[in-house]
Amino acid sequence: MQKRLGRQTVVFEAPPRIAAGASIVGDVEGSGPLGGYFDLILEDDTWGEDSWEKAERKMFEQVVRRALERCAMQPSEIDLLLGGDLLNQIITANFAARELAIPFLGLYGACSTMAESLLLGSMLIDGGYAGHIACAATSHFSTAERQYRYPLEMGGQTPPTAQRTVTGAGASLLVEPGYTGGAELRHIFVTGGTIGRVVDLGITDANNMGAAMAPAAADTLAAHLREQNRKVSDYDMIVTGDLGSFGSEMFAELCRDKGIDLSDRHRDCGNMIFFPEQKVDCGGSGCGCAAVTLNAYLLRRMEQGDFTRMLFMATGALMSPTAGMQGDSIPGIAHAVVIERR
Amino acid sequence: MDQKQRQKTAEEQRYQQRVNEKMPRSKTLSQCVRAFVAGGLICCIGQAVRAFGEITLQLDQDGVAALTAIVMVFLGATLTGLGVYDKIGTWAGAGSIVPITGFANSIVSPAMEFKREGLILGTAAKMFTIAGPVLVYGVGASVIVGLITCLVAK
Repeated sequence: MQKRLGRQTVVFEAPPRIAAGASIVGDVEGSGPLGGYFDLILEDDTWGEDSWEKAERKMFEQVVRRALERCAMQPSEIDLLLGGDLLNQIITANFAARELAIPFLGLYGACSTMAESLLLGSMLIDGGYAGHIACAATSHFSTAERQYRYPLEMGGQTPPTAQRTVTGAGASLLVEPGYTGGAELRHIFVTGGTIGRVVDLGITDANNMGAAMAPAAADTLAAHLREQNRKVSDYDMIVTGDLGSFGSEMFAELCRDKGIDLSDRHRDCGNMIFFPEQKVDCGGSGCGCAAVTLNAYLLRRMEQGDFTRMLFMATGALMSPTAGMQGDSIPGIAHAVVIERR
Repeated sequence: MDQKQRQKTAEEQRYQQRVNEKMPRSKTLSQCVRAFVAGGLICCIGQAVRAFGEITLQLDQDGVAALTAIVMVFLGATLTGLGVYDKIGTWAGAGSIVPITGFANSIVSPAMEFKREGLILGTAAKMFTIAGPVLVYGVGASVIVGLITCLVAK
Protein backbone atom coordinates (compact mmCIF):
# COMPACT_ATOMS: atom_id res chain seq x y z
CA MET A 1 0.00 0.00 0.00
CA GLN A 2 1.25 3.43 -0.87
CA LYS A 3 1.53 5.52 2.28
CA ARG A 4 2.29 8.78 0.56
CA LEU A 5 -0.02 10.48 -1.87
CA GLY A 6 1.52 13.43 -3.62
CA ARG A 7 3.73 15.76 -1.71
CA GLN A 8 1.77 16.51 1.45
CA THR A 9 -0.73 13.76 2.08
CA VAL A 10 -0.21 10.55 4.02
CA VAL A 11 -2.53 7.56 4.43
CA PHE A 12 -2.17 4.90 7.08
CA GLU A 13 -1.85 1.25 6.33
CA ALA A 14 -3.15 0.28 9.74
CA PRO A 15 -5.01 3.37 10.94
CA PRO A 16 -4.38 4.20 14.60
CA ARG A 17 -7.36 4.54 16.90
CA ILE A 18 -8.29 7.44 19.11
CA ALA A 19 -9.19 5.55 22.27
CA ALA A 20 -10.07 8.50 24.48
CA GLY A 21 -10.41 12.26 24.56
CA ALA A 22 -10.48 14.63 27.50
CA SER A 23 -11.05 18.34 27.97
CA ILE A 24 -10.75 21.02 30.63
CA VAL A 25 -12.01 24.55 30.04
CA GLY A 26 -12.50 27.89 31.76
CA ASP A 27 -15.83 29.29 32.88
CA VAL A 28 -16.52 31.41 29.79
CA GLU A 29 -16.13 28.34 27.56
CA GLY A 30 -18.17 26.36 30.07
CA SER A 31 -21.11 28.70 29.64
CA GLY A 32 -20.89 28.43 25.85
CA PRO A 33 -22.94 26.10 23.63
CA LEU A 34 -20.65 23.10 24.27
CA GLY A 35 -20.71 23.56 28.07
CA GLY A 36 -22.42 20.23 28.66
CA TYR A 37 -19.71 18.25 26.86
CA PHE A 38 -16.59 19.29 28.75
CA ASP A 39 -15.09 17.01 31.40
CA LEU A 40 -14.21 19.81 33.76
CA ILE A 41 -15.13 23.48 33.86
CA LEU A 42 -12.88 25.64 36.03
CA GLU A 43 -14.62 28.26 38.14
CA ASP A 44 -11.36 30.06 38.80
CA ASP A 45 -8.94 30.53 35.93
CA THR A 46 -5.91 30.24 38.21
CA TRP A 47 -7.14 26.83 39.47
CA GLY A 48 -5.69 27.49 42.91
CA GLU A 49 -2.20 28.17 41.51
CA ASP A 50 -0.37 31.43 42.05
CA SER A 51 -0.11 32.34 38.38
CA TRP A 52 -2.06 31.76 35.17
CA GLU A 53 0.96 30.09 33.59
CA LYS A 54 1.03 27.54 36.40
CA ALA A 55 -2.70 27.01 36.03
CA GLU A 56 -2.27 26.37 32.32
CA ARG A 57 0.40 23.76 32.87
CA LYS A 58 -1.78 22.09 35.49
CA MET A 59 -4.54 21.96 32.87
CA PHE A 60 -2.17 20.33 30.38
CA GLU A 61 -1.01 17.73 32.88
CA GLN A 62 -4.46 16.97 34.24
CA VAL A 63 -6.11 16.67 30.85
CA VAL A 64 -3.53 14.09 29.78
CA ARG A 65 -4.09 12.17 33.03
CA ARG A 66 -7.84 12.26 32.45
CA ALA A 67 -7.52 10.88 28.94
CA LEU A 68 -5.36 8.05 30.26
CA GLU A 69 -7.81 7.30 33.08
CA ARG A 70 -10.51 6.70 30.49
CA CYS A 71 -8.43 3.77 29.25
CA ALA A 72 -7.27 2.78 32.73
CA MET A 73 -3.70 3.54 31.75
CA GLN A 74 -0.80 5.00 33.70
CA PRO A 75 1.62 7.58 32.27
CA SER A 76 4.30 4.86 32.39
CA GLU A 77 2.35 2.91 29.75
CA ILE A 78 2.52 5.78 27.27
CA ASP A 79 5.37 5.69 24.79
CA LEU A 80 5.27 9.28 23.73
CA LEU A 81 3.70 12.60 24.57
CA LEU A 82 3.21 15.06 21.72
CA GLY A 83 1.91 18.51 22.41
CA GLY A 84 2.35 22.20 22.73
CA ASP A 85 0.83 25.52 23.63
CA LEU A 86 1.08 29.19 22.75
CA LEU A 87 3.57 30.44 25.31
CA ASN A 88 7.20 31.28 24.67
CA GLN A 89 9.40 28.16 24.80
CA ILE A 90 6.14 26.16 25.05
CA ILE A 91 6.57 26.25 28.82
CA THR A 92 3.14 24.78 29.47
CA ALA A 93 3.89 21.56 27.61
CA ASN A 94 7.49 21.35 28.82
CA PHE A 95 6.64 21.69 32.51
CA ALA A 96 3.64 19.37 32.26
CA ALA A 97 5.83 16.80 30.51
CA ARG A 98 8.27 17.06 33.40
CA GLU A 99 5.50 16.03 35.79
CA LEU A 100 4.14 13.29 33.55
CA ALA A 101 7.60 11.85 32.84
CA ILE A 102 6.48 10.49 29.47
CA PRO A 103 9.02 10.69 26.62
CA PHE A 104 8.14 13.97 25.03
CA LEU A 105 8.37 15.79 21.73
CA GLY A 106 7.29 19.41 22.11
CA LEU A 107 5.46 20.99 19.23
CA TYR A 108 4.79 24.55 18.23
CA GLY A 109 2.21 25.01 15.52
CA ALA A 110 0.36 27.89 17.17
CA CYS A 111 -3.33 27.00 17.14
CA SER A 112 -2.76 24.11 14.71
CA THR A 113 -1.00 22.08 17.41
CA MET A 114 -3.85 19.61 18.04
CA ALA A 115 -3.96 18.52 14.40
CA GLU A 116 -0.18 18.55 14.18
CA SER A 117 0.14 16.24 17.18
CA LEU A 118 -2.53 13.84 15.92
CA LEU A 119 -0.95 13.72 12.48
CA LEU A 120 2.56 13.08 13.80
CA GLY A 121 1.32 10.63 16.42
CA SER A 122 -0.61 8.63 13.84
CA MET A 123 2.40 8.53 11.53
CA LEU A 124 4.60 7.27 14.35
CA ILE A 125 2.12 4.56 15.32
CA ASP A 126 1.57 3.46 11.74
CA GLY A 127 5.32 3.44 11.27
CA GLY A 128 5.66 1.12 14.23
CA TYR A 129 7.67 3.55 16.33
CA ALA A 130 5.18 3.80 19.19
CA GLY A 131 2.14 2.00 20.47
CA HIS A 132 0.41 4.49 22.74
CA ILE A 133 0.72 8.22 22.20
CA ALA A 134 -0.89 11.06 24.12
CA CYS A 135 -1.52 14.20 22.04
CA ALA A 136 -2.41 17.44 23.79
CA ALA A 137 -2.70 21.18 23.31
CA THR A 138 -3.61 24.04 25.61
CA SER A 139 -4.21 27.74 25.57
CA HIS A 140 -5.27 30.15 28.29
CA PHE A 141 -6.94 33.49 27.76
CA SER A 142 -5.02 35.28 30.48
CA THR A 143 -1.55 33.95 29.63
CA ALA A 144 -2.04 34.61 25.92
CA GLU A 145 -3.33 38.14 26.47
CA ARG A 146 -0.33 39.17 28.52
CA GLN A 147 2.14 37.59 26.11
CA TYR A 148 0.60 38.73 22.85
CA ARG A 149 -1.52 41.75 23.72
CA TYR A 150 -2.26 44.01 26.69
CA PRO A 151 -2.65 43.60 30.45
CA LEU A 152 -6.08 42.28 31.40
CA GLU A 153 -7.04 45.23 33.57
CA MET A 154 -6.27 47.73 30.87
CA GLY A 155 -9.45 49.34 29.60
CA GLY A 156 -9.84 49.33 25.86
CA GLN A 157 -11.89 48.03 22.99
CA THR A 158 -11.22 45.23 20.54
CA PRO A 159 -12.03 45.62 16.85
CA PRO A 160 -14.86 43.42 15.56
CA THR A 161 -12.40 41.07 13.80
CA ALA A 162 -10.69 40.14 17.09
CA GLN A 163 -11.14 36.71 18.63
CA ARG A 164 -11.03 35.48 22.21
CA THR A 165 -8.32 33.00 23.17
CA VAL A 166 -9.99 29.90 24.56
CA THR A 167 -8.99 28.81 28.05
CA GLY A 168 -8.89 25.12 27.46
CA ALA A 169 -6.84 21.96 27.37
CA GLY A 170 -7.64 18.96 25.20
CA ALA A 171 -5.95 15.59 24.95
CA SER A 172 -6.44 12.54 22.75
CA LEU A 173 -4.99 9.12 23.33
CA LEU A 174 -3.82 7.37 20.18
CA VAL A 175 -3.34 3.60 20.26
CA GLU A 176 -2.23 1.03 17.72
CA PRO A 177 -5.08 -0.67 15.85
CA GLY A 178 -4.57 -4.00 17.63
CA TYR A 179 -5.12 -2.42 21.07
CA THR A 180 -7.61 -4.42 23.13
CA GLY A 181 -7.53 -2.63 26.50
CA GLY A 182 -10.18 -0.41 27.97
CA ALA A 183 -11.26 2.56 25.88
CA GLU A 184 -13.76 5.35 25.97
CA LEU A 185 -14.00 5.54 22.19
CA ARG A 186 -14.18 2.31 20.19
CA HIS A 187 -14.85 3.35 16.63
CA ILE A 188 -12.66 6.34 15.90
CA PHE A 189 -9.69 5.99 13.56
CA VAL A 190 -7.20 8.40 12.06
CA THR A 191 -6.89 7.24 8.48
CA GLY A 192 -4.69 9.88 6.94
CA GLY A 193 -3.75 13.49 6.85
CA THR A 194 -2.18 16.35 5.01
CA ILE A 195 0.81 18.33 6.22
CA GLY A 196 0.26 22.02 5.71
CA ARG A 197 2.54 24.60 4.16
CA VAL A 198 3.15 28.01 5.68
CA VAL A 199 1.05 30.41 3.67
CA ASP A 200 1.22 34.16 4.09
CA LEU A 201 -0.79 36.63 2.10
CA GLY A 202 0.57 39.58 4.01
CA ILE A 203 -2.03 40.21 6.72
CA THR A 204 -0.34 42.25 9.46
CA ASP A 205 -3.30 42.94 11.75
CA ALA A 206 -2.93 40.89 14.94
CA ASN A 207 -6.60 41.50 15.57
CA ASN A 208 -7.58 39.80 12.33
CA MET A 209 -6.07 36.35 12.66
CA GLY A 210 -8.95 34.62 10.92
CA ALA A 211 -8.05 36.43 7.72
CA ALA A 212 -4.36 35.61 8.25
CA MET A 213 -5.07 31.87 8.59
CA ALA A 214 -7.79 31.42 5.96
CA PRO A 215 -5.33 31.17 3.01
CA ALA A 216 -3.41 28.38 4.77
CA ALA A 217 -6.63 26.48 5.45
CA ALA A 218 -7.70 26.79 1.82
CA ASP A 219 -4.25 25.70 0.64
CA THR A 220 -4.23 22.59 2.83
CA LEU A 221 -7.78 21.65 1.90
CA ALA A 222 -7.03 22.02 -1.81
CA ALA A 223 -3.87 19.92 -1.48
CA HIS A 224 -5.72 17.29 0.48
CA LEU A 225 -8.62 16.94 -1.93
CA ARG A 226 -6.29 16.91 -4.94
CA GLU A 227 -3.86 14.36 -3.53
CA GLN A 228 -6.52 12.13 -2.01
CA ASN A 229 -8.60 12.52 -5.14
CA ARG A 230 -11.67 13.30 -3.07
CA LYS A 231 -14.43 15.87 -3.07
CA VAL A 232 -15.84 17.92 -0.21
CA SER A 233 -18.94 15.71 -0.36
CA ASP A 234 -16.79 12.70 0.62
CA TYR A 235 -16.69 14.25 4.10
CA ASP A 236 -19.56 14.77 6.47
CA MET A 237 -17.73 17.71 7.88
CA ILE A 238 -14.70 19.89 7.17
CA VAL A 239 -13.74 21.29 10.55
CA THR A 240 -11.32 24.20 10.85
CA GLY A 241 -9.72 25.20 14.13
CA ASP A 242 -10.22 28.86 14.85
CA LEU A 243 -10.91 30.90 11.73
CA GLY A 244 -13.80 32.61 13.48
CA SER A 245 -16.74 34.06 11.62
CA PHE A 246 -14.84 36.44 9.36
CA GLY A 247 -12.00 33.99 8.71
CA SER A 248 -14.58 31.36 7.77
CA GLU A 249 -16.09 33.76 5.27
CA MET A 250 -12.70 34.38 3.68
CA PHE A 251 -11.93 30.64 3.74
CA ALA A 252 -15.13 29.90 1.82
CA GLU A 253 -14.24 32.57 -0.74
CA LEU A 254 -10.68 31.33 -1.23
CA CYS A 255 -12.00 27.78 -1.65
CA ARG A 256 -14.47 29.02 -4.24
CA ASP A 257 -11.55 30.62 -6.12
CA LYS A 258 -9.86 27.23 -6.18
CA GLY A 259 -13.02 25.60 -7.48
CA ILE A 260 -13.95 24.00 -4.16
CA ASP A 261 -17.53 24.35 -3.05
CA LEU A 262 -17.77 23.89 0.72
CA SER A 263 -21.57 24.01 0.54
CA ASP A 264 -22.77 23.41 4.10
CA ARG A 265 -20.01 21.02 5.13
CA HIS A 266 -17.73 23.54 6.80
CA ARG A 267 -17.73 24.10 10.55
CA ASP A 268 -15.29 26.13 12.59
CA CYS A 269 -14.45 25.38 16.23
CA GLY A 270 -14.03 29.12 16.88
CA ASN A 271 -17.67 29.60 15.87
CA MET A 272 -18.92 26.59 17.82
CA ILE A 273 -17.41 27.24 21.21
CA PHE A 274 -19.03 30.56 22.14
CA PHE A 275 -22.48 32.09 21.83
CA PRO A 276 -22.49 35.36 19.88
CA GLU A 277 -24.00 37.01 22.97
CA GLN A 278 -20.79 36.27 24.86
CA LYS A 279 -19.21 39.31 23.20
CA VAL A 280 -16.26 37.47 21.70
CA ASP A 281 -16.25 39.42 18.42
CA CYS A 282 -15.39 36.88 15.69
CA GLY A 283 -15.30 33.82 17.99
CA GLY A 284 -12.74 31.67 19.78
CA SER A 285 -9.08 31.08 19.00
CA GLY A 286 -6.00 29.43 20.51
CA CYS A 287 -4.67 25.86 20.59
CA GLY A 288 -7.31 24.98 23.14
CA CYS A 289 -10.15 25.99 20.86
CA ALA A 290 -9.74 23.15 18.37
CA ALA A 291 -8.40 20.79 21.05
CA VAL A 292 -11.40 20.96 23.37
CA THR A 293 -13.98 21.11 20.59
CA LEU A 294 -12.53 17.95 19.05
CA ASN A 295 -12.07 16.00 22.26
CA ALA A 296 -15.19 17.06 24.09
CA TYR A 297 -17.69 17.34 21.29
CA LEU A 298 -16.70 16.13 17.82
CA LEU A 299 -15.22 12.75 18.82
CA ARG A 300 -18.20 11.93 21.01
CA ARG A 301 -20.69 12.87 18.33
CA MET A 302 -18.76 10.68 15.95
CA GLU A 303 -18.62 7.79 18.40
CA GLN A 304 -22.41 7.98 18.67
CA GLY A 305 -22.56 7.64 14.92
CA ASP A 306 -23.77 11.14 14.07
CA PHE A 307 -21.21 11.34 11.29
CA THR A 308 -18.64 9.00 9.85
CA ARG A 309 -15.84 10.96 8.21
CA MET A 310 -14.46 14.37 8.99
CA LEU A 311 -11.45 16.37 7.99
CA PHE A 312 -10.13 17.99 11.14
CA MET A 313 -8.01 20.91 10.10
CA ALA A 314 -6.64 23.01 12.95
CA THR A 315 -5.35 26.36 11.79
CA GLY A 316 -2.48 28.30 13.28
CA ALA A 317 -1.52 31.96 13.03
CA LEU A 318 2.25 31.89 13.45
CA MET A 319 2.23 35.32 14.99
CA SER A 320 5.18 36.76 16.84
CA PRO A 321 5.00 40.08 18.67
CA THR A 322 8.68 40.69 17.83
CA ALA A 323 8.26 40.04 14.10
CA GLY A 324 5.06 42.08 14.16
CA MET A 325 6.83 45.09 15.65
CA GLN A 326 9.47 44.78 12.93
CA GLY A 327 6.74 45.09 10.34
CA ASP A 328 6.40 41.43 9.40
CA SER A 329 3.10 39.86 8.49
CA ILE A 330 1.39 36.89 10.12
CA PRO A 331 2.08 33.56 8.42
CA GLY A 332 -0.60 30.91 8.68
CA ILE A 333 -0.52 27.12 8.71
CA ALA A 334 -3.13 24.39 8.71
CA HIS A 335 -2.68 20.66 9.16
CA ALA A 336 -5.42 18.21 8.31
CA VAL A 337 -6.22 14.77 9.72
CA VAL A 338 -8.90 12.47 8.38
CA ILE A 339 -10.89 11.04 11.28
CA GLU A 340 -13.28 8.21 10.49
CA ARG A 341 -15.80 6.07 12.30
CA ARG A 342 -15.43 2.39 11.54
CA MET B 1 14.95 39.29 1.49
CA ASP B 2 14.43 42.73 2.95
CA GLN B 3 10.82 43.26 3.86
CA LYS B 4 10.72 46.77 2.41
CA GLN B 5 12.09 45.65 -0.92
CA ARG B 6 9.78 42.69 -1.15
CA GLN B 7 7.15 43.32 -3.78
CA LYS B 8 3.61 42.34 -2.96
CA THR B 9 2.44 39.66 -5.30
CA ALA B 10 -0.79 40.16 -7.20
CA GLU B 11 -2.38 37.44 -5.07
CA GLU B 12 -1.42 39.20 -1.85
CA GLN B 13 -2.73 42.51 -3.10
CA ARG B 14 -5.99 40.99 -4.22
CA TYR B 15 -6.49 39.18 -0.94
CA GLN B 16 -5.67 42.17 1.24
CA GLN B 17 -8.03 44.32 -0.76
CA ARG B 18 -10.76 41.75 -0.39
CA VAL B 19 -10.18 41.48 3.36
CA ASN B 20 -10.35 45.26 3.68
CA GLU B 21 -13.60 45.40 1.78
CA LYS B 22 -15.32 42.60 3.61
CA MET B 23 -14.14 42.80 7.18
CA PRO B 24 -16.67 43.80 9.80
CA ARG B 25 -16.29 47.45 10.76
CA SER B 26 -16.29 49.10 14.15
CA LYS B 27 -19.49 51.00 14.85
CA THR B 28 -17.74 54.35 14.71
CA LEU B 29 -20.75 56.57 15.35
CA SER B 30 -22.03 54.76 18.43
CA GLN B 31 -18.45 54.47 19.72
CA CYS B 32 -17.97 58.22 19.29
CA VAL B 33 -21.19 58.91 21.19
CA ARG B 34 -20.13 56.59 24.01
CA ALA B 35 -16.66 58.12 24.14
CA PHE B 36 -18.20 61.59 24.28
CA VAL B 37 -20.58 60.65 27.09
CA ALA B 38 -18.00 58.75 29.15
CA GLY B 39 -15.17 61.22 28.52
CA GLY B 40 -17.52 64.10 29.28
CA LEU B 41 -18.61 62.48 32.53
CA ILE B 42 -15.02 61.93 33.64
CA CYS B 43 -14.24 65.58 32.83
CA CYS B 44 -17.33 66.70 34.79
CA ILE B 45 -16.05 64.80 37.81
CA GLY B 46 -12.68 66.50 37.31
CA GLN B 47 -14.40 69.88 37.09
CA ALA B 48 -16.32 69.16 40.30
CA VAL B 49 -13.04 68.38 42.06
CA ARG B 50 -11.65 71.67 40.71
CA ALA B 51 -14.63 73.58 42.01
CA PHE B 52 -14.27 71.88 45.38
CA GLY B 53 -10.62 72.93 45.52
CA GLU B 54 -11.31 76.50 44.49
CA ILE B 55 -14.42 77.24 46.53
CA THR B 56 -14.26 74.98 49.54
CA LEU B 57 -10.52 74.58 50.03
CA GLN B 58 -9.67 78.09 48.78
CA LEU B 59 -6.61 76.79 46.86
CA ASP B 60 -4.67 78.88 44.34
CA GLN B 61 -4.45 77.94 40.64
CA ASP B 62 -1.46 75.62 41.03
CA GLY B 63 -2.97 73.98 44.06
CA VAL B 64 -6.25 73.35 42.27
CA ALA B 65 -4.48 71.80 39.27
CA ALA B 66 -2.43 69.53 41.51
CA LEU B 67 -5.47 68.50 43.56
CA THR B 68 -7.49 67.64 40.46
CA ALA B 69 -4.68 65.56 38.94
CA ILE B 70 -4.07 63.74 42.21
CA VAL B 71 -7.73 62.91 42.76
CA MET B 72 -8.34 61.78 39.17
CA VAL B 73 -5.22 59.62 39.02
CA PHE B 74 -6.19 58.14 42.38
CA LEU B 75 -9.67 57.32 41.06
CA GLY B 76 -8.32 55.78 37.84
CA ALA B 77 -5.76 53.69 39.72
CA THR B 78 -8.27 52.54 42.34
CA LEU B 79 -10.87 51.54 39.79
CA THR B 80 -8.18 49.63 37.89
CA GLY B 81 -7.17 47.83 41.08
CA LEU B 82 -10.78 46.95 41.78
CA GLY B 83 -11.12 45.51 38.28
CA VAL B 84 -13.72 48.05 37.19
CA TYR B 85 -11.80 50.33 34.85
CA ASP B 86 -11.35 47.72 32.12
CA LYS B 87 -15.10 47.23 32.05
CA ILE B 88 -15.63 50.97 31.72
CA GLY B 89 -13.00 50.94 28.95
CA THR B 90 -14.75 48.20 27.01
CA TRP B 91 -17.86 50.36 26.88
CA ALA B 92 -16.35 53.81 26.63
CA GLY B 93 -13.27 53.26 24.42
CA ALA B 94 -11.36 56.49 23.87
CA GLY B 95 -13.67 58.21 26.35
CA SER B 96 -11.90 56.51 29.24
CA ILE B 97 -8.45 56.19 27.63
CA VAL B 98 -7.77 59.85 26.83
CA PRO B 99 -8.46 61.50 30.24
CA ILE B 100 -5.79 61.30 32.94
CA THR B 101 -7.67 58.40 34.56
CA GLY B 102 -6.81 56.34 31.47
CA PHE B 103 -3.17 57.22 31.92
CA ALA B 104 -3.34 55.90 35.47
CA ASN B 105 -5.01 52.75 34.16
CA SER B 106 -2.23 52.18 31.63
CA ILE B 107 0.39 52.29 34.39
CA VAL B 108 -1.45 50.36 37.09
CA SER B 109 -2.69 47.53 34.87
CA PRO B 110 0.74 46.23 33.76
CA ALA B 111 2.07 46.83 37.28
CA MET B 112 -0.65 44.53 38.63
CA GLU B 113 -0.33 42.00 35.85
CA PHE B 114 3.40 41.52 36.24
CA LYS B 115 3.41 41.35 40.05
CA ARG B 116 4.06 37.62 39.73
CA GLU B 117 7.38 38.26 38.03
CA GLY B 118 8.55 40.07 41.18
CA LEU B 119 8.54 43.63 42.47
CA ILE B 120 11.66 44.71 40.57
CA LEU B 121 11.71 42.94 37.21
CA GLY B 122 7.93 42.55 37.20
CA THR B 123 5.93 45.41 38.64
CA ALA B 124 8.57 48.13 38.49
CA ALA B 125 10.09 47.22 35.12
CA LYS B 126 6.81 46.53 33.33
CA MET B 127 4.89 49.46 34.83
CA PHE B 128 5.82 51.75 31.96
CA THR B 129 5.51 49.36 29.03
CA ILE B 130 2.38 51.12 27.81
CA ALA B 131 2.73 54.60 29.30
CA GLY B 132 6.47 54.74 28.66
CA PRO B 133 6.29 56.10 25.10
CA VAL B 134 3.83 58.79 26.23
CA LEU B 135 6.23 59.85 28.96
CA VAL B 136 9.32 59.76 26.75
CA TYR B 137 7.82 61.80 23.96
CA GLY B 138 5.76 63.99 26.30
CA VAL B 139 8.79 64.93 28.40
CA GLY B 140 10.91 65.20 25.25
CA ALA B 141 8.43 67.57 23.63
CA SER B 142 8.18 69.68 26.77
CA VAL B 143 11.96 70.09 26.83
CA ILE B 144 11.98 71.25 23.20
CA VAL B 145 9.07 73.62 23.77
CA GLY B 146 10.79 74.89 26.91
CA LEU B 147 14.01 75.60 25.01
CA ILE B 148 12.17 77.43 22.25
CA THR B 149 10.18 79.49 24.73
CA CYS B 150 13.36 80.33 26.58
CA LEU B 151 15.10 81.45 23.39
CA VAL B 152 12.14 83.40 21.99
CA ALA B 153 11.32 85.07 25.31
CA LYS B 154 14.88 86.42 25.50
